[in-house]
Amino acid sequence: MEIIIEFISSLLMMLPPARKELEFFAAVSDATYRAIREAEIRLPPDVVAAIREAARNETSDIARQELGHILENIALAERLGVPICQDTGVPVVYLTVPPAVPVTTDLMEAVAEGVRKATREIPLRPNAVLPLERINSGDNTGPGMPVVHIRPGKRLEITVLPKGAGAENMSRLAMLLPTEQNRIPRFVAETMLIAGGRPCPPVVLGVGIGGTFDGVAALAKEALIEPIDAMDPFEQELCDAVNALGIGPMGLGGKTTALAVKVKTASCHTASLPVAVNVQCWAARRATREVIW
Amino acid sequence: MSPIHLKTPLSREVLDLRAGDQVTLSGTVYTARDEAHLRMMEDGIPFDPEGAAVYHCGPVISGSRIIAAGPTTSARLNRLTGFLLDAGVRALIGKGGMSSQVADQLSGRGVYLALTGGCAVLAASRMTLRGVYYEDLGMAEAIWIIELDHLPLVVGIDSLGGDLFGTVAREANLQFDCRYTM
Repeated sequence: MEIIIEFISSLLMMLPPARKELEFFAAVSDATYRAIREAEIRLPPDVVAAIREAARNETSDIARQELGHILENIALAERLGVPICQDTGVPVVYLTVPPAVPVTTDLMEAVAEGVRKATREIPLRPNAVLPLERINSGDNTGPGMPVVHIRPGKRLEITVLPKGAGAENMSRLAMLLPTEQNRIPRFVAETMLIAGGRPCPPVVLGVGIGGTFDGVAALAKEALIEPIDAMDPFEQELCDAVNALGIGPMGLGGKTTALAVKVKTASCHTASLPVAVNVQCWAARRATREVIW
Repeated sequence: MSPIHLKTPLSREVLDLRAGDQVTLSGTVYTARDEAHLRMMEDGIPFDPEGAAVYHCGPVISGSRIIAAGPTTSARLNRLTGFLLDAGVRALIGKGGMSSQVADQLSGRGVYLALTGGCAVLAASRMTLRGVYYEDLGMAEAIWIIELDHLPLVVGIDSLGGDLFGTVAREANLQFDCRYTM
């Protein structure tokens, strides 16, 4: 039955009447808009739970106060329906695309339209500029923006990860030697040592290991889509290594520098060991919406 | 311990503050990021800097309403700050701390106050918009004139060179060296 429906809908997609097509792209824009809205205003429950847990564990007055401000801010943003942070980020979008949906420039444009609408209506701070001219587009779109990653899937789903600059700027990449596996915890800890309070700790670290020079950075960012309520022993080891530094909330000292570390791996060249650390501030914003049309 | 209350224009009272003190601030602040600092260096400071507080922030403004206005990373302004303190600015507000060079420049003159990063709505709930300079620089880079009502802050760097961020960073370096280089 499901196969038949999929077959029929794929036929419909191949011969879309103009109106149906317009409705489809409007639905993509709308789902993008709604995902961004959700992400900007409400933190995922696993992130809020991790911050609450951190607040319970801290013993320093200042660290407790910083986490208290964060929790108060999260509640206030949700109550007022406004963005959690004024750095509403740049839009990073992950699309899972079913076989029936062709990946076209119109599809990309529909996602961009959702970003423009979100910028106008939520509203978001226009952050996207041309890199050398520093000219702001005013709507958070531009060449290569939003950043859209596409992967095959069963349903058409849009996941957004609005990425602020304070934490993004502290991210690092290293091409380690294949024999330097034991340097990975050091590299991860060193990333936060250099960053200190600048990326708004407590952070979440997305760590990519393997792949290629460009691929490992994408893996590190993809790791940030994962829920943070569970860590495997290696992730926990990395998280402990970071928290041992005592940087604490906002770099003012404390037990919690990282709420979690998430790792993603991919095969790499036998002569390489790429490692990337993508730093995410405590406002670990993400949301997913399915496109229904 | 209840926080110490401060009001702008700030006077020599800020010299009594110590790193780690919790304070609340009321009165007027001026937002300024990279572009605003550069223009002020070129054209002069558009507000009275005597006893003023400069807030490292690029807010989200809608009409005359401040939607979100948390602090930006102060370290980007490390090399652009001296002229403000020379002109009489008594407080810098931001997140993440500033360089030892800025700590030296604050010596005997003013303080760096840390606001919890990302707490843009909490900050906005204590703010009223009063005006703007350099609006052509765009929303994030303009200087917004904002009235504060008891904004909760921590003294990050005091006027005697006490630097909470510096202390934490030194300890972090020590921990790192113990684990990985010894």
